[in-house]
Amino acid sequence: MRATKAAKIAKAFKRIYTVLILLALYAPIVIMVFYSFNALRSTSTMSFAYTSERPFGYWYAEVFKNEAALIALRNSVVLALLSGFISTVLGTVAAYGLFHLHRRRLRAVITNVTNMPMMNPDIVTGISMMLLFATTFAIVGSGQTGFVTLLIAHITFNLPYVILSISPRLHQMDRNLPEAALDLGCTPLQSFFKVELPFLFPAILSGFIMAITLSLDDYVISLFTSGSSFETLPLFIFNMARKSVPPSIYALSTLFLLIVLALLITSNVIQRKTEQKQGAH
Amino acid sequence: MTKTKTLRIDHVKHPMGLLSVHVFWCVAFIVIPLLFILYYMMIDGNGSLTLDNIKYLGSKEILRCFGRSLIYAAASTAVCLLLGYPLALIISRMPTRRQTTMNMLIMIPMWVSFIIRTYTIKNIFNDNGIINQLLRSMHILEKEGDFVKFLGTPGLIIFGMVYNFLPYMVVPIVTSLTGIDNRLFEASADLGASPWKTLLHVTLPLSRAGIISGITMVFVPAVSTFYISSTLSGGTVTLIGDKIETAFLNESNFSRGSALSFVLMILIIISMLIMNKFGDRNVEGVAV
Repeated sequence: MRATKAAKIAKAFKRIYTVLILLALYAPIVIMVFYSFNALRSTSTMSFAYTSERPFGYWYAEVFKNEAALIALRNSVVLALLSGFISTVLGTVAAYGLFHLHRRRLRAVITNVTNMPMMNPDIVTGISMMLLFATTFAIVGSGQTGFVTLLIAHITFNLPYVILSISPRLHQMDRNLPEAALDLGCTPLQSFFKVELPFLFPAILSGFIMAITLSLDDYVISLFTSGSSFETLPLFIFNMARKSVPPSIYALSTLFLLIVLALLITSNVIQRKTEQKQGAH
Repeated sequence: MTKTKTLRIDHVKHPMGLLSVHVFWCVAFIVIPLLFILYYMMIDGNGSLTLDNIKYLGSKEILRCFGRSLIYAAASTAVCLLLGYPLALIISRMPTRRQTTMNMLIMIPMWVSFIIRTYTIKNIFNDNGIINQLLRSMHILEKEGDFVKFLGTPGLIIFGMVYNFLPYMVVPIVTSLTGIDNRLFEASADLGASPWKTLLHVTLPLSRAGIISGITMVFVPAVSTFYISSTLSGGTVTLIGDKIETAFLNESNFSRGSALSFVLMILIIISMLIMNKFGDRNVEGVAV
């Protein structure tokens, strides 16, 4: 009897502890979403007394009226898709090459160098690239940080995550499969595209989506590698927050969160479906 | 660049052909930029060699700043570990499905940009923020203009760091805990160990790998952060990240900024080495 009572107390305690931490983790986000529907121009006093002047969803309408915000959103999406795509292509080829590289020490060196942006603090990665670009521009005599420098930076910090996502899948692959394809008359290229690539696809896709989310979310590295000509959404939000613009920043952030969540859910669904398909065969 | 061309080479014989673009990219955009940090910290504004930037690192102001950054990072890492370990333990004992859900629930807040999260925390704890309004409406604060000053206190800055980095502590520990053979806990209990003893002598040592990677994953961003501290202190607490940001973006003093970044890198490499050594020795100890 006593043991079960103690077990019950322990169970209740565990529940309460878990719920409390989750509450703390979610409170700011819930507050952000909640206050984005504020009828007042405030981030502390909440009111639902919508007027014709400030109707329900007013701050969202403000976001869509704000051209700079929309441009920043577009910039972020373009940058994320492009850097995600390029880093996925480069990363897939690199992961494939690393897998076939049998000189262990060389492989370790390349892997460690690739992982540096992941291990280094973002600020160090950011300033090191800023130095590279500034010096190059000084030597060449012209040039400006902007879309291209941001793209290079984003590809670079995405690469290790893409490779990390694909490598385990490569190791899971039955090595007989590409060999059988070659024996049956496929060229190595055909074998890669028809046999290996479909097997790797779920991992490639999750690497791609990981890269997109990282790129969308990045603030620190972008801060040092972007110019005034090209502003991403996190940079825009940061500048807006400095001026302390009330609930519309919450509305923008809520929209941003929805985009990122939609991406993550899509990637999960696709991954699960591919796994089911492969399980069925 | 010529991907299709390199693929035509027999990949087992010439993997370096496949890796050529990647290696070029890494050298150009990872190795060379890092070398630039070394170069810039040894020159002055005119490009001539100088030791001034290295001497600058020894100044009282900078040493204090490094000390402060280390203390804040260590404190928030410790709080993350104390809060995160029990949570990870609870999650690791859940059925697999609920574990996946919990892991997701813990990671989702991380997908809100840390700028927004920190900005929201600042608004909540502002002099006129939600917490102070709540205290007023509950009549804990008597007068209309009264408020509790949260902004700028070390507590709030550490709270901000913990809030931002806690998931990085929990997830690796959950992973290492779920990898432990459950029979070991049963064996420990059968042999008469109390739950506390099992925790101390079985669970903790076996999850050391997760603890160490958790500590590293929290400590690295915490010691180099610049937005969290400056936002939650209203600019009164300067950490090393803030100094680097100012040097690069406001003062355009690349040399000083590089010197500061270099120390930050060394600091992080040292702490990682210590952590790894510490971990390995103890794992061996358990094996013996």
